Amino acid sequence: MSRLLPARPVPRTLVVALLGALAAVAGTFLLDPYRNYQLALVAAFLCATAGLTVLVGLSGQLSLGHSALMAAGGYGYALTSNAVPDAPAVVRFVVALVGAAVLSGAVGLLLGLAGARLHGPYLAGLTLTLVVALPAIATTVPGLGGDQGVRVGLEPVPDALDRLVALEQWQAWVAILVTSAVLAALHVVVRGRTGLRWRAVRDDETAAALAGVAPGRLKVLAFVVSSVAAGLGGAVLCFVTQSVTPGGYGLATSLLLLVAVVVGGLGSLAGAAVGAALVVLLPWLVGTLVDALPVPSELAQRLDGNLALLVFGLLLVVLMAAAPTGVVGAWRTARARRAARRRAGPGGTHPSAPGPSAPAREDVTAGSPLSGTESEA
Amino acid sequence: MDRFLFLVGTGVARGTVTALFALSLVLIWRAARIVNFAAGAMAVVTAYVAVGVAHATGGWWWGALAGVVAGGLLGWLVERGVMRFATTPLGGVILAIGLVMVLQSALGILVGPQYVPVAPPVSDRPWTVAGVPLGSPYDVLTVAVALGLMLGLRLLFTRTTLGLQLRASAFAPEVSRLLGVRVARMRTVAWVLASAVAALAALLLLPTELGLNPHATDVLFVLAFTVAVVGGLDSPGGALVAGLGVGVLMSLVTGYLGASATPIAVLALLVVVLLVRPQGLVAGVEARRA
Amino acid sequence: MSMHRTRPRTLAVVSAGALAAALAGCSTPAASSPGVTDDTIVVGTHTPLTGPAAAGYSSISKAVAAYFAYLNDQGGIHGRDIEYVVKDDGYNPATTQTVVRELVQEDQVFAVLNGLGTPTHGSVLDYLNENEVPDLFPASGALLWDDPEAYPWTFAYNVDYTTEAKALAQYALDEGGDDAVFCVLGQDDDYGTDFVAGLETVLGADGLAVAETYAVSDQDVTAQIGAMQAAGCTHNFLATVNGFTARAVGTAAKMSYPAQWLASSSGGDYPTLVGYLGADVAPVLLEGFVSANYLPFSPDSEWVALFQQVNEEYNDGEPFTGNTVYGMSVAYTFAQALAAAGENPTRESLVEALESGDVTGNGLMPLAFSADSHRSFDGVGITVVADGVQDYVGTAYTTDSGDGAVEPYDGEAPAPEGGGVPAT
Repeated sequence: MSRLLPARPVPRTLVVALLGALAAVAGTFLLDPYRNYQLALVAAFLCATAGLTVLVGLSGQLSLGHSALMAAGGYGYALTSNAVPDAPAVVRFVVALVGAAVLSGAVGLLLGLAGARLHGPYLAGLTLTLVVALPAIATTVPGLGGDQGVRVGLEPVPDALDRLVALEQWQAWVAILVTSAVLAALHVVVRGRTGLRWRAVRDDETAAALAGVAPGRLKVLAFVVSSVAAGLGGAVLCFVTQSVTPGGYGLATSLLLLVAVVVGGLGSLAGAAVGAALVVLLPWLVGTLVDALPVPSELAQRLDGNLALLVFGLLLVVLMAAAPTGVVGAWRTARARRAARRRAGPGGTHPSAPGPSAPAREDVTAGSPLSGTESEA
Repeated sequence: MDRFLFLVGTGVARGTVTALFALSLVLIWRAARIVNFAAGAMAVVTAYVAVGVAHATGGWWWGALAGVVAGGLLGWLVERGVMRFATTPLGGVILAIGLVMVLQSALGILVGPQYVPVAPPVSDRPWTVAGVPLGSPYDVLTVAVALGLMLGLRLLFTRTTLGLQLRASAFAPEVSRLLGVRVARMRTVAWVLASAVAALAALLLLPTELGLNPHATDVLFVLAFTVAVVGGLDSPGGALVAGLGVGVLMSLVTGYLGASATPIAVLALLVVVLLVRPQGLVAGVEARRA
Repeated sequence: MSMHRTRPRTLAVVSAGALAAALAGCSTPAASSPGVTDDTIVVGTHTPLTGPAAAGYSSISKAVAAYFAYLNDQGGIHGRDIEYVVKDDGYNPATTQTVVRELVQEDQVFAVLNGLGTPTHGSVLDYLNENEVPDLFPASGALLWDDPEAYPWTFAYNVDYTTEAKALAQYALDEGGDDAVFCVLGQDDDYGTDFVAGLETVLGADGLAVAETYAVSDQDVTAQIGAMQAAGCTHNFLATVNGFTARAVGTAAKMSYPAQWLASSSGGDYPTLVGYLGADVAPVLLEGFVSANYLPFSPDSEWVALFQQVNEEYNDGEPFTGNTVYGMSVAYTFAQALAAAGENPTRESLVEALESGDVTGNGLMPLAFSADSHRSFDGVGITVVADGVQDYVGTAYTTDSGDGAVEPYDGEAPAPEGGGVPAT
């Protein structure tokens, strides 16, 4: 299979992204409207989790406020789209996406500049306070619509596809398209020189500076890249739901994004995908299972909503205890162990440590933010 | 001027409680180098225990004692039972988030979402000085308890062997282990202390709020985290100064600019402090002394 | 060799068939009346069951469900049981989007009833109207719901905040006396701004000496009450939710600040306030407390007696508060609309029944739906707390949500017929 793909990294990534997008688009034909809506949600969150995993896993900066960056993208999309109501739909959409990227990139730039000198929990505190201040900002700044947020008009299915494709399916297609583009771009950046430099800064800032890499600028760049990705995710959400409100992007959402990234596997885009799917689908799955349980009616009222949350929390704790490197990390470790065992051969000695990919996993989490070992003590 | 004094007065008591909760976060940070995201939820659980005991025995002080003991116990349980699975600091954060969900939803199932009002143990009618309501007996009690606790902890850390061991385990775990300090046990002790402190802080806050409910400490936790960061995560004294500062700031902004502007003011304060001192207000000094 | 040739063809046929089947499955034409069978009608709602907002509102959906259970036991409406699907949105508008789509597309509800919250329900207004789903009686007093041109499927239920404010202001003017100083404490969103707009229509643009706001995230209102005390406010209007009404009244009492309190219906429920302030202190603090209301709440009202009985039997002994009356009234009104929609109700016939004006509800005055107006009640009555009992004081007002004058109303409130089961 890999021989069919181009050898150079950038075209290779583009082709893979295109194929992946086509496969997903084909998949939408098998889903009913609600599932297509969920798919669009997963795609939107994937933009955000991909950006966050790059920021936290690769450049070592912890952001607890990524939902605020999604909100910035959403507001950018909504305000720009409302500013050009008469433009043709495609133009309006593209312009609004640009608006989303600009606004979220700007907020990310400010955050990155403010946070360039901050480490670990101090940066986390800054981003957390930003998320908490979001409703106040929406109320105080005129034009942001306060608690009710901003609404955009529905972009209907284009006439050519009107009879073939339902609305939710069409929205899923747009979401898949934007997400593939974001993922492809992130992949190229991560595998390139910038990604390498980010890892250098994350692992040892002083050594990186000595090697001629400018840590401050790289950290800001990481913030901007990750913010634009999250902002595009927020724009997609606004496109699908036709509204952006501060209540939809609160602290709980931010923490959920972080949970998605760590549970999926820090630092890996595949992990971001797993995490995004988990975060959107697991609560729904748990809720459906819980609803199906036979429960006496006196208890049912207390359990409504709470039981699903309880099960989700328990699953989270168990998952983190069993697989601290996330789903993708655990899978890679298992695969490496199997490969090592195969290499050792039947009756041969088992190597004492997992194989070559494991150091890459540990590598990702070693210089993790919030560890107080380097600069704070 | 009247209004200014009044606003400052209301901000001080509130700020002290927040500072106390921030102190709990600082204690755990110093000992285990993680931020305890479950601090709020744990404090709420102990508050329910305290209120239950207070209603059963008819005495707020018995309830407070029960709450503090429950807090310590819960801290031990959480550290030994859940947090030891945290192989990375970020993993600890995720475990704490999961724990918060479990605790809050369990409380919602067991006791329901309704508010349980908590009466203060002493009067909370403010004394009026020249027509300006300044503080109430309850405010004085809050400040006294908080300051007393901070002083007690300071004495513990600086004058006792246990305190020395705690500080050593936090600052240089490897060397301490070589010198015979049981580092893991010190970490557990720090968790127990921190959770007891958080329980007390939440209990002090409750009579000034609508009442107890599973989400009663959500805002307190976020504010305390901000305060701890402003003051410097390594510094208990910094937490106190920052707590007072943030409390008074919030009161002044609410009074002069309106309630909507307050979170923005807190964000602005945080940005300004961190731009000038990236490790918080008092961090530098403490690090040298410790 | 032949296998290679036939396999691609078989594959093509099979996949074309699957594609056609899938496409057909995706573009199913909507059933004539989704959610309606011979024995049941399914309606859904979104409300906060978890999260900080759950405390004030989770009892409403329980009351609605209880009244539906009572109606089902009496034979239902046109022989159909009403099934109420309640989904938790945690007061998060993004979650509301998901659960409402789930209700419409997965649970195939006939209508959405009593969706709670302005930011939450406002975010699904477009979706529900585009999909032609009857969106009845959102639990909020925003002006958004009365817009038959833009949202023909949405019908309001709560009296909007502006109308309530105008009525309360008129009452305060009538009773107040010449030395009255009027002030307001409002929530820092549309609730507060709509309410203040109503007050200023009646009291004049500078009729309010002090206008304070509070944010739901901060339960300390000492600064705001202090400002009102310093300005010498005698009559304080409250655009607050029950919790913050309790905070305001309690804080003022601590600061020895006596004032006349006038609250909106969303924040004026005496039993709930007693729960917050304490049964020993509340009757004293709330003596003379004024609030607007439009649903039956007198101790001697037949509706209240009926609702209390239903609450005992079908609601597991939940406390009986204004939320209980509200929920059961919503349930009764929906049942009335369903009965008027005919033997074989469709979404269109439901909307027609509402717009015809036949659905009068069980409030102080009849519902005023028409083809041009989806506004619910024309006005409110005034209740006062005396000796620990909250009751109507005979003054009621009607007005509009604009600049119109406030007129007194003296109609009779209808008593329940048929044991609270709408005639079919």
